[in-house]
Amino acid sequence: MARIALEEVTKRFGDVFAVRDVTLEIEDKEFLVLVGPSGCGKSTVLRLIAGLESPTNGTIRIGDREVNDVEPQDRDVAMVFQSYALYPQMTARRNIEFPLKNRGIPKAERESQVRAVADILELTEVLDRRPAQMSGGQRQRVALARAIVRRPDAFLMDEPLSNLDAKLRTQTRTELIELQRRLATTVVYVTHDQVEGMTMGHRVAVMDKGVIQQVARPVEIYHHPANLFVAGFIGNPPMNTVAGSPNDRWGDLVIETASGAIPLPLEQQEAVRQSGATAVVVGVRPEHVALNPEGPIRASVAVVEGLGYESHVVCRLQDNQQVIIRLPADAAVPRDGDNVRLTADPARLHLFDAATGQRIC
Amino acid sequence: MSATDATGTRNPDTLAGLSGRSSAGAPARRPRRQRRMKELLLAFGLLLPSVVIFGVFVFYPLVRQIYLSFFVTPPFPNQPKHYAGFSQIQQVLSSHDFLNSLWVTLLFVLFTVPTGLILGLLLAVLAHQRLAGIRFFRTVFSSTVATSVAVASVIFFTLLNPQIGLLSYWFGQQGQLSVLDDPRWALIAVSAVTVWQNLGLAFIIMSAGLQAVPDDLLEASKIDGARAWARMRHVILPMLSPTLFFAIVVGTILSLEAFGQIDILTAGGPLQHTNVLVYAIYDQVFNQNNDGRAAVMTVALFLITLIFTLGQIKLLERRVTYER
Repeated sequence: MARIALEEVTKRFGDVFAVRDVTLEIEDKEFLVLVGPSGCGKSTVLRLIAGLESPTNGTIRIGDREVNDVEPQDRDVAMVFQSYALYPQMTARRNIEFPLKNRGIPKAERESQVRAVADILELTEVLDRRPAQMSGGQRQRVALARAIVRRPDAFLMDEPLSNLDAKLRTQTRTELIELQRRLATTVVYVTHDQVEGMTMGHRVAVMDKGVIQQVARPVEIYHHPANLFVAGFIGNPPMNTVAGSPNDRWGDLVIETASGAIPLPLEQQEAVRQSGATAVVVGVRPEHVALNPEGPIRASVAVVEGLGYESHVVCRLQDNQQVIIRLPADAAVPRDGDNVRLTADPARLHLFDAATGQRIC
Repeated sequence: MSATDATGTRNPDTLAGLSGRSSAGAPARRPRRQRRMKELLLAFGLLLPSVVIFGVFVFYPLVRQIYLSFFVTPPFPNQPKHYAGFSQIQQVLSSHDFLNSLWVTLLFVLFTVPTGLILGLLLAVLAHQRLAGIRFFRTVFSSTVATSVAVASVIFFTLLNPQIGLLSYWFGQQGQLSVLDDPRWALIAVSAVTVWQNLGLAFIIMSAGLQAVPDDLLEASKIDGARAWARMRHVILPMLSPTLFFAIVVGTILSLEAFGQIDILTAGGPLQHTNVLVYAIYDQVFNQNNDGRAAVMTVALFLITLIFTLGQIKLLERRVTYER
């Protein structure tokens, strides 16, 4: 069991920065999810921790040991690959046993450990099958079993659920969370799926373009995104964003948009004034927008998507920007093409500097 | 099938519209039969070049050899050959010379195939590392492919020359009997040259095989704590087994067919110690003018190669991991 620390780690491939100045601490027994779009450098961070890549700059520590020059064989971490990377000529049993064998653990002990792990992951019946004779879900479990059988300091998981179908993915997600609590091991989990990020991690690190944008608890990330990228990446449907400029009206600061002026609570007015931003982006989650005949924003309804448990009303503003409203299933919904007015919960508005994308308040 | 049916039934309508035909059913059949005929002709046409080439250079000679092996070549030219049934075949196959050639051939295969395979694999593994300037070495390692047997043989003939050869000098054999004339060493020397000559091909085949080993398997095995040897044994070799299998079969056939290097370096000598079957056949035809004996040995070599190859396929295919 161990804490993992990255200090100003940079990884460059030629002229391309895959990871830039990443400083990240993962606590002992923490489940940390690295989330971001493809190519954001999240897998590279994982590979750096595993020792499959060596950093161009910076230091990586596992426990109290600096591991920059330690081979993957000698770092006590296990990894689950997206492709599972099972050895095709070996049975499930031999696959799971392989890391123990490499460490010279005697046969009897190996067998009992394989049996114990197979029991936890319900693999007992497929132990004598080869990967080609197993289903995707079973293969995924064997890969997982191979990782946990040696009780490593930390687990690294690279999109382990992405090859499963939707139903199995949801089920396995829950099982992985339970497993982590039960084994009480540090887990670093890479995914592009923000739902996995929100549901699995104690903390979530959002990455983009090789840089960590924000590290925080899922709730914090959802309610206080550090910048426009995080705001847009986390949440489904994503946060609505409307561009506008701050403007003084009778002493009140409002955000002037093409479809109307958005009023702000006093403390937000103050924050915007102090930031000196001349162009801002107002963000609001779909569940915090409401239809209101007296609302400040004019829009027309493009599509209403009924999902059964809720409805999404997709509206277009005057300048063609899109706003999605999330309504409870029993709420009255407008019809396609209706002209409506929108209002938002003022306490739930997020303001970003349009020039830098950073959160103002 | 349904597509042709669809076009078949739709065609007459459009055709009728264009050419003014009244009945729609009958003409639908005819074009289909004609088309099938056409396709058949096209298929034969495309096959013809290969059939001709294989026929002239493979099938006819094969049948002719079998035929010839039943006829004894007379000791003097211009005398008629006479049919001897199986007596000549029996005589040749039980002769000391044939058995010697068979033994030499077997030794030659044993000396060249495994060595070439292991060296080729070793070089391929070395060249597979991500190192600066590795491309240069890849080119060097594969360069013997671009060297003909004759050129390679002449190079080594010179290098092994007891008067002027560099290798003879290094081995302290200067002025002594050439290894190529030494019954103890001749076959080993010829085998070494052959291994060198075939190394480029082995390297290329093994390199291609290594490229096909998935990176994530190698990475997984590193994380699973496998050292270099364990990675080789448990990941690379199993993933490479189809390539190894191919290389063993092709290498064996190549070695059974070896001729050029033996002709240039030793001409079957000294004292028949390098007289492999192919060279013995050549000797019978061109030096002894005995087509009959040569034919018997040719058929024998063909059968040996066939049995060897089938045996290898049977034996090795079971141990090959093709699934990924």
